[in-house]
Amino acid sequence: MRYISMSIVAFAIWLLWSGHYTFDHTLILILGILSCGFVVYLVSRLDIVDEEGIQINLARHLIVYIPWLLWAIFKANIDVAKRILNPKLPIAPRIVRVKGTQKTDLCRVIFANSITLTPGTVSLDLDEEEIVVHALTEEAADDVQSGDMDHRVTTLEQ
Amino acid sequence: MIIIDILSWICLILGCILCMIGGLGLLRLPDFYSRMHGGGITDTLGAGLVLLGLMFQGGLTMVTVKLVMILVILLLTSPTSTHAVGKAAFTSGLKPFLSDPANKGKNEHD
Repeated sequence: MRYISMSIVAFAIWLLWSGHYTFDHTLILILGILSCGFVVYLVSRLDIVDEEGIQINLARHLIVYIPWLLWAIFKANIDVAKRILNPKLPIAPRIVRVKGTQKTDLCRVIFANSITLTPGTVSLDLDEEEIVVHALTEEAADDVQSGDMDHRVTTLEQ
Repeated sequence: MIIIDILSWICLILGCILCMIGGLGLLRLPDFYSRMHGGGITDTLGAGLVLLGLMFQGGLTMVTVKLVMILVILLLTSPTSTHAVGKAAFTSGLKPFLSDPANKGKNEHD
């Protein structure tokens, strides 16, 4: 079942990439189907498909989360750009530990990636409970320690 | 049509300026870890605005769909690679430059 859905997704992406969704070039379509089938065969031979899959629920929450994240990235970018352009270079680098309350691996990765995507904070290491974060400024460190982003990523799991 | 062109060029120019600021950050910031933040500007808003400007040029076509996919892939892979580089430095014991000596004992890792 998983391989069937994977073939469908692979072929949909192939259609998107190639732009050949009419029957004008039947040979190319057939080659596309064959190559998708071959890729799925290779993946099944390699045995690298994980058990977790993708929860449908996640997509619903992502619609709220992604615009918020983009806005946070935008604000942080402006802040860091201003600090770089400031002749005094007002930075105060520090390393802080942030608690991650996510349970699933996927959401932990989303949280760590969100931290890194926001300029001013980079996730350096993560273990079962905490994420080691390098922050460029005190404000960035306070922001990530306030737990707002952590809370928002945790709600993705529900 | 002219409005879309203007919007597109505003995005392209702002994106280029942000990429240059990111590059300037790489030169100005003091150590390895803080330089990663400078690179982060180029990765996210710099590249994002350039791609957005190109999407305005592309209009509602296949080109725009592909540009959106490039943006999504960029937003997934760039933090992953930044994390990989940062983690490699952190676990191999590169000491970060910490500005505030009073905070040093409290914030420094193990």
